[in-house]
Amino acid sequence: MINDLLAISDLDAAQIGRILDTADGLKDIALRPIKKVPVLRGRTVCNLFYEDSTRTRISFELAAKRLSADVINFSAKGSSVSKGESLKDTALTLQAMGVDAIVIRHSASGAPQQLTRWVDAKVLNAGDGWHQHPTQALLDLYTIRDRFGRLEGLRVAIIGDVFHSRVARSLVQGLTTMGAEVTLVGPPTLLPPGVDSWGVTVSHDVDEVLGEIDVCYLLRVQQERMDEQFFPSSREYARIWGIDRDRLARLPQGAIVMHPGPMNRGVEISADAADAPNSVIVEQVSNGIAVRMSCLYLMLGAEQRADGGFL
Amino acid sequence: MTAEFTFTDVRLVDPAADRDEVTNVTVAGGIVTATDRSSAGLRIDCAGLVLAPGLVDLHVHLREPGREDAETVASGTAAAAMGGFTAVCPMANTDPVTDHAGVVEQVLRLAREAGHCEVFPVGAVTRGLAGEELAEMGAMAALGVRCFSDDGMPVRSAQVMRRALEYAKTWDAIICNHAEEPTLTGGAEMNEGQLSTLLGLAGWPREAEEIMIARDLLLAHGLNARLHVPHVSTAGSVALLRQAKLRGTRVTAEAAPHHFTLTEELVRTYDPVYRVNPPLRTRSDVEAVRAGLADGTLDAIATDHAPHPPEQKDQEWSQAPNGMLGLETALALTLTELVGDEDAGSVLSMKQAIAALSTNPARSRDIGGHGGPVEPGAPANLVLFDPAARWTVDDRALQSRSRNTPYAGMQLRGRVIHTLLRGRFTVRDGALAPRDAAEADRMQSRDAGEADGLQSRDAGEADGLQSLDAVEVTP
Repeated sequence: MINDLLAISDLDAAQIGRILDTADGLKDIALRPIKKVPVLRGRTVCNLFYEDSTRTRISFELAAKRLSADVINFSAKGSSVSKGESLKDTALTLQAMGVDAIVIRHSASGAPQQLTRWVDAKVLNAGDGWHQHPTQALLDLYTIRDRFGRLEGLRVAIIGDVFHSRVARSLVQGLTTMGAEVTLVGPPTLLPPGVDSWGVTVSHDVDEVLGEIDVCYLLRVQQERMDEQFFPSSREYARIWGIDRDRLARLPQGAIVMHPGPMNRGVEISADAADAPNSVIVEQVSNGIAVRMSCLYLMLGAEQRADGGFL
Repeated sequence: MTAEFTFTDVRLVDPAADRDEVTNVTVAGGIVTATDRSSAGLRIDCAGLVLAPGLVDLHVHLREPGREDAETVASGTAAAAMGGFTAVCPMANTDPVTDHAGVVEQVLRLAREAGHCEVFPVGAVTRGLAGEELAEMGAMAALGVRCFSDDGMPVRSAQVMRRALEYAKTWDAIICNHAEEPTLTGGAEMNEGQLSTLLGLAGWPREAEEIMIARDLLLAHGLNARLHVPHVSTAGSVALLRQAKLRGTRVTAEAAPHHFTLTEELVRTYDPVYRVNPPLRTRSDVEAVRAGLADGTLDAIATDHAPHPPEQKDQEWSQAPNGMLGLETALALTLTELVGDEDAGSVLSMKQAIAALSTNPARSRDIGGHGGPVEPGAPANLVLFDPAARWTVDDRALQSRSRNTPYAGMQLRGRVIHTLLRGRFTVRDGALAPRDAAEADRMQSRDAGEADGLQSRDAGEADGLQSLDAVEVTP
């Protein structure tokens, strides 16, 4: 069903719906005593991580293992990459070894797309530069749909450093494809050029937005952005755009708080907000495994079962 | 001495003499001897073909010394000859940097030995291109260097730039500053805008180019010094230059073929062959650059020929170096994209195109003997091309040692048939003419009293120019 998964914009609403539905069916596996199904037995998945990542790599590894795939972990440290091997040569090596899918995380935008030129294996983008992080967006969509039972018509505010965020780029595409209404909030310096063309509303005033949303999605604000003068100080950032106890209280009844992690507690999100009952940040993590299982299954396993079933 | 021969019924396009007409041009002893209807020596039938002064490129990177894996003076000048060039100006970002007379001498010697094309090296403005201390311009000027540039690196200090412009007046020399305000382009990977945001690449704002050009125009104007602006890529830059020229600033400017033919849309492929500095911009910038060439705001077409070996370009976009090949495609791109169908209206007339590729660059850099006029007594630095011949760019069939051309696989119109450097064929029938063979020809012709082994096409004899017909066929 899915060939490569490089960007959310590769998927239409029906495909996104199918990934989320499939994840629904796979989620229960985590609750079983034996958390494994044999659908990808004999398939090999390579996690090719050029950028440090804990949660995404572990999440993909668990997802592949729960589907019984063989998993190879390849990180830039301690591999031939540190001896100066190029992405192209690494790709050709993996191609020669016959892996079925490559999950790639890279600091260079476009590296997953370049990889598709050199390998026959299916390529799954696990985050590239500022460009895309499609499985993060899918797990966020899953989490929101799980809570509200729908995506269409929901009002979502994405607050923070949209400029440098692959999560924001992916999530905005996913939400708008599924019919949600998106408002981006942040200082003008952290909203990227051309954002007006995204089909979203833009605001610089958190308080104006908070009272009329269903989802409050916070983005990580990195310390180095302050050093680059995108904003004067983390204190000022927290005061104007951070979600603290007071702002949390102004969210409508039933609204949820989300964050892709890792969080900067005290900057974009206070501890009160992160640990609030309406925070679904931990659910996002556990849903991530089911959504990644779904993507891997639909990329590698679905065609083998004519009846469409997988369990 | 080379023998005597006449290009008959050729369309002579010679902007320096304001000529565009069908005539005969006779060459003997390395110089043009007649440009009227007379003929002497061997007759080369050139009906339908264009003869123009050899092309002049103000902006190339020959990479030697230092990066001979990417290009050498010999391979780069061979590429130049294939593209119809008889003079090229290699930039100073070699290793060691061309910031002293020794490297200038080396490059001049290597070019002389190769014999494909004359070179006019550009000296560095500052030592090591570091933008701090002026390079010893005098020693380089003594070797004939007329232009100084830290190309690739902007002269960031306004004070150093001002001093350089002023000091260069000693020789009425030209300062060419890479127009990029570096504090706005840290880590920049492509043109800034909607597309850079979508692709997650760091943006190179147009203002970074325009701010630097504005600063340099003001400095040059105040000093009445000579400024050259390289690779103009934005509509705003064209407007600034138009205004400065009206004001009487002593400025010349160039545009690269990729900036009047390609747009940032190609970056969607993440193929680093499209990575260049300044970056590919938008359709409206391309249109503005074309308009600038048409109204003379931009004097010259210069390739910014920048070879990189495949392993450097086959990398992640963010890690690949900037630059594209240009020498072997510039004429055809100009003819295909700007001259087009002359009857149906075009951006440039044929005469304007030759002015931008030859006459203007030669004049703007005081390069004598090139750029025309094509008149009796002038050195026979000439290019003969078929403006209608179509061919397909093959990145593996280029003379350049590298193959980073963004035009691979594209069909272009306009093909070089012969390039002549001081009457000697550097390219013959669309193929590089090795110097040894040319010299052998000369020896032979002296013995036989015959013309270079060139056979008249009319005579249909079995070598030399007989293959002219074949040139018109797409390989």
